Amino acid sequence: MAAFVLRRVLWGLLLLLLVSALTFFVFYVLPSADPAQLRAGRSASPQLLAQIRENLGLDRPLTAQYWTFLTNLVPHADLGYSYYSGASVGSLIVDRLPATISLTVGAIVVWVLVAVPIGVLSAVRRGTWIDKLTTGGALLGISAPVYWLGLVSLYLFADDIGRWPLLPGAGSYVGITEDPWDWFSGLILPWLVLASTFTAVYARLLRGSMIEALSEDYVRTARAKGLSERRVVLRHALRAAITPLVTLAGLDIGLLLGGAVLTEAVFGIPGIGRLSYDAIVHADFPVIQGTVLVAALFVIVANLVVDIAYAYLDPRVRAS
Amino acid sequence: MNGAGQSRLVVEDLRVAFDTRQGTVHAVDGVSFDVAAGRTLAIVGESGSGKTVAAMTAMGLTRGARTRIGGRVLLDGEDLLTAPAERLQELRGDAIAMVFQDPLSALHPLLRVGAQVAEAVRAHRDVSRASARARALELLEQVALPDARRRLDAYPHELSGGMRQRVTIAMALANEPQVLLADEPTTALDVTIQAQILALLRRLRDELGMAMVLITHDLGVAAETADEIAVMYAGRIVERAPAGELLTAPQHPYTWGLLRSMPRLDAPVGAELVSIPGRPPSLVHPPSGCRFHPRCPHVRNRHREVDPPLATTAAGAGHEVACLLPEAERRALWARLGAGAVR
Repeated sequence: MAAFVLRRVLWGLLLLLLVSALTFFVFYVLPSADPAQLRAGRSASPQLLAQIRENLGLDRPLTAQYWTFLTNLVPHADLGYSYYSGASVGSLIVDRLPATISLTVGAIVVWVLVAVPIGVLSAVRRGTWIDKLTTGGALLGISAPVYWLGLVSLYLFADDIGRWPLLPGAGSYVGITEDPWDWFSGLILPWLVLASTFTAVYARLLRGSMIEALSEDYVRTARAKGLSERRVVLRHALRAAITPLVTLAGLDIGLLLGGAVLTEAVFGIPGIGRLSYDAIVHADFPVIQGTVLVAALFVIVANLVVDIAYAYLDPRVRAS
Repeated sequence: MNGAGQSRLVVEDLRVAFDTRQGTVHAVDGVSFDVAAGRTLAIVGESGSGKTVAAMTAMGLTRGARTRIGGRVLLDGEDLLTAPAERLQELRGDAIAMVFQDPLSALHPLLRVGAQVAEAVRAHRDVSRASARARALELLEQVALPDARRRLDAYPHELSGGMRQRVTIAMALANEPQVLLADEPTTALDVTIQAQILALLRRLRDELGMAMVLITHDLGVAAETADEIAVMYAGRIVERAPAGELLTAPQHPYTWGLLRSMPRLDAPVGAELVSIPGRPPSLVHPPSGCRFHPRCPHVRNRHREVDPPLATTAAGAGHEVACLLPEAERRALWARLGAGAVR
């Protein structure tokens, strides 16, 4: 197990290196706004532009720039400074991290807490009204884009512009340390919106997986043992049905982060997603690079955790 | 045959039909048998003859919106078919238990075998986890699982096929059932392991005084273990007799076919195995008259119209057969077939 984790960590580091190189070169090779021009203002003299380029190190060859970036990052954990605000990218990210973690972790909790009961219930009661209702709901959740769902939820329920002003709307995010209740209530809509697609998809997946598990011989054995139906469904069928979904969920954490960017934009949550969105608008390369790396790290760690969890859940994987 | 007073399990006119898109499948169509404590009844037949469905129905495992069940299954006088779900849950795994065909798929792949056995104990006995585990160990030792203590924490995929079947047997025996239904318990196993498992089942039946129903497609397995053999065809019992009698003096052409299709070590060199021609009939539209007539080499016109009842033969002693041929002719035919004189 230790060797497995070590191997995965090394792979993860290599992957981060590749991601950073890719972001770096794509940013400069593809046509995008010139960072120097954006900083210099509308009618800047060529001298000023050259000066800014030199200050930012943009006049040096790309490979040299990348080397500087790496040699700052690896020993000092230094991601450089924002072209736009001049603040250290590291501190910008650390400031924004709690909001994004609040949003994504909460959405994952909603995702699991809603998808699992719906999946189980619609499998056990398949063909009944409850199955049909959740099928319809899932279809809606799968087809609705996050930003559209976010805006609709604001128009319906936000306390400033909503038809039924029930919950705090856009821009109401506060840190958990400031006021836990406001933190919680302000995130309810974003959590539901971000989790909706995943909940819908996974409720359907789990339903299928449960129906399959319920027809397995070992479920029949569990019934033959005289176990209660509840125990048959939850301990025997669900245990088997949910295991393959865990791996899939690990892969979808990346998608969840993508959704978080949009959700933060719609709800005005000052998180990493919002930060990277603003950085792209301002061609603020160091911040883009920093947020991409943090996102990649997040996905890699999530996958590692999921793989370890999977090995824990399925002893047959552990053996091989 | 034993008197009804001694019978642990009595099945009377059991009928099981499934509604499917193709029509109603009459999987079991009026089956009756009984088994006494310490005795074994083998139910023999091809796949699709209804033998597994009959056993699963007795356990209440075929109940569902698309299943129609009739008749009675009495466990010590209590009808399992009409028992409410909660009562059935109390009884199965306790008074009546079942061993399934494929021990790999019958065991939960993600749970340790010790826990799976202990769970069967705790489903019916109010005992602590520790004592359920101790009981699980005792059971695994009772079924002669090698190195049982260490294997408590093994997963099914870490055991061999024979060891897995020992685990499922231990699980079925957890609460010392009065009736054990064993559905093809050796089919998925190697021949040498088969013999061990059959010996184990016989030993446990005698130790615990269980009534055992052994379901198999293999007359050899039945011959080795059973006191009485019932042959099923297309959802019905077509012949039933004490094991020795059925093997030496069978009276139904289908039983003849089964016996003659068995490979034998004592057969003359070069002797061909004789298979039964044709395929098992549709259970949605079963053949008219005698259900075996389309495959029977001795069919007469009348057999296509008249449905023979299961009737006592002159051989007596609980030998029953459902065949329209005159008994004298059946005896004469088998005398020749058994000697290998005609096909």
